[in-house]
Amino acid sequence: MSIEETEQEIVEEFELFDDWMGRYEHLIDLGKSLPLIDEKNKTNDKLIKGCQAQVWLHSDFKNGKIIYTADSDAIITKGMVALMIRVLTNHTPDEIINSKLDFVEKIGLIKHLSPTRSNGLVSMIKQMKLDAIAYKVKS
Amino acid sequence: MTEPITTYKTSGNIEIIRADFPILSRKVNGKPLIYFDNGATSQKPKSVIDALDNYYSNQNANIHRGVHTLSQEITLDYENARTTIQKLLNAAYSHEIIFTKGTTDGINLVATSFGKRYVGLGDEIIVSAMEHHSNILPWQQLCDEKGAILKVIPINDAGELQLEEFKKLVNSKTKMVAISHVSNTLGTINPIKEIIKLAHAKNVPVLVDGAQAVPHTIVDVQELDCDFYCFSGHKLFGPTGIGILYGKEKWLNAMPPYQVGGGTIKTVSFEKTEYADPPLKFEAGTPHIAGAIGLAAAIDYVNAIGLNTIASYEYELLTYATEALQKIDGLKIIGTAKQKASVISFIVDGLHPFDIGTILDQLGIAVRTGHHCTQPLMARYGISGTVRVSFAFYNTKYEIDEFIEGLQRAIKMLK
Repeated sequence: MSIEETEQEIVEEFELFDDWMGRYEHLIDLGKSLPLIDEKNKTNDKLIKGCQAQVWLHSDFKNGKIIYTADSDAIITKGMVALMIRVLTNHTPDEIINSKLDFVEKIGLIKHLSPTRSNGLVSMIKQMKLDAIAYKVKS
Repeated sequence: MTEPITTYKTSGNIEIIRADFPILSRKVNGKPLIYFDNGATSQKPKSVIDALDNYYSNQNANIHRGVHTLSQEITLDYENARTTIQKLLNAAYSHEIIFTKGTTDGINLVATSFGKRYVGLGDEIIVSAMEHHSNILPWQQLCDEKGAILKVIPINDAGELQLEEFKKLVNSKTKMVAISHVSNTLGTINPIKEIIKLAHAKNVPVLVDGAQAVPHTIVDVQELDCDFYCFSGHKLFGPTGIGILYGKEKWLNAMPPYQVGGGTIKTVSFEKTEYADPPLKFEAGTPHIAGAIGLAAAIDYVNAIGLNTIASYEYELLTYATEALQKIDGLKIIGTAKQKASVISFIVDGLHPFDIGTILDQLGIAVRTGHHCTQPLMARYGISGTVRVSFAFYNTKYEIDEFIEGLQRAIKMLK
């Protein structure tokens, strides 16, 4: 599935909920179901520092594709992290670098992408793309 | 003074007061706004908004310079604002009141200017474990520059200063004690009068960070005998970008200017400059004239209700909310001092403050989450952040009920 197709799938998934509470509950469930990051990768150098929620991001490069794993200490942020990974993981550096990720706006959680200092999500997307650039240069 | 503020969803004075604050009638995320982030900034009454509007619509001119009518009128208003603040703090002279950008600016002014003149290698500055970063960093920077040492008054688990430890810290090397009047995170009201007395017994001056105190209680700088007192206009229902530094005349006369430029001088030549007397010595450049006018309007508004009335009403809100929060399973209040202002910080077992704040926001309830610019204090409690609610006189018990219900809903969703 392409990045855009996964994004569209998520948008449709969130359209099933008609109020914010349902959307947030779904996001929280996604956060809870995020596969655990290998503890050895939950180190300070993998920490993306937001003002409040901490996000750990790790990436591996296999067969020309990037595999991301991540965790956060805040469950709503973790839900967003789970969505980002679902969209971007197992894609090539070029696909990741060129992704627009406008699904966040469409699912009505736009505030989480605003450049505030309240969460590490913007920094996380930036780091995911930086990792992709690094793998592209290396490969 | 008006009648006491009536409580709970009545149509008494509280509704009249709330009607003075336009923003309180707006909706957030489709719900009526419940604003419990007054510790960060307070909302503005119509009279303050009107004063700003009137300044720009009818009064705008630069102060202290013009012979023309507009300039003379606004100079008078600006200086009258200074007098309004002098009266609020009961300062001995209006020239002891310096307009700043805010509390942070005032503390930086003193740390830089006082520090330049009085602090040297091996000297000591005392702060407390509960200080806001704004009352740590200017002193830390000064210490780094001068080779001085920053000492910290510890607190107990309730969030109260340990005065016995403080007594041991003050010595002949101490050059300044910088302490908050009310903790922005814990709500603790510090015994600053006693601290000032103890410091003065060793000839040490005291700066009080009054950012969280001035909106809630009467401050009398002469009775306290503090050397410096800072606060921000925007937490006192006034505009942002304006604040106050009170300094005793003797210090302001002795301290060099902080920033220099237009307005700070008597005469200038390329060889030598003679600086003006305080307060102008410390007000370089065109000041925030509208801010000063707006702040005076805010003080007039607060005075019309009465700070004693405000303090007792807010104490009622504090008690009511504290009792309700204590009934919630797994919730722990951080900061349980005997003397508290209307600020409550708390954590909930297993939940991140950010998550709680996000769900409350969806319900139209504005709270603060995070470390509240007090990271050393968070480290003292071994936590990374809290949820903080802070009340003003326009809040109600009804809003507290709504907040408790919202909080329970958030906990249920997140657990």
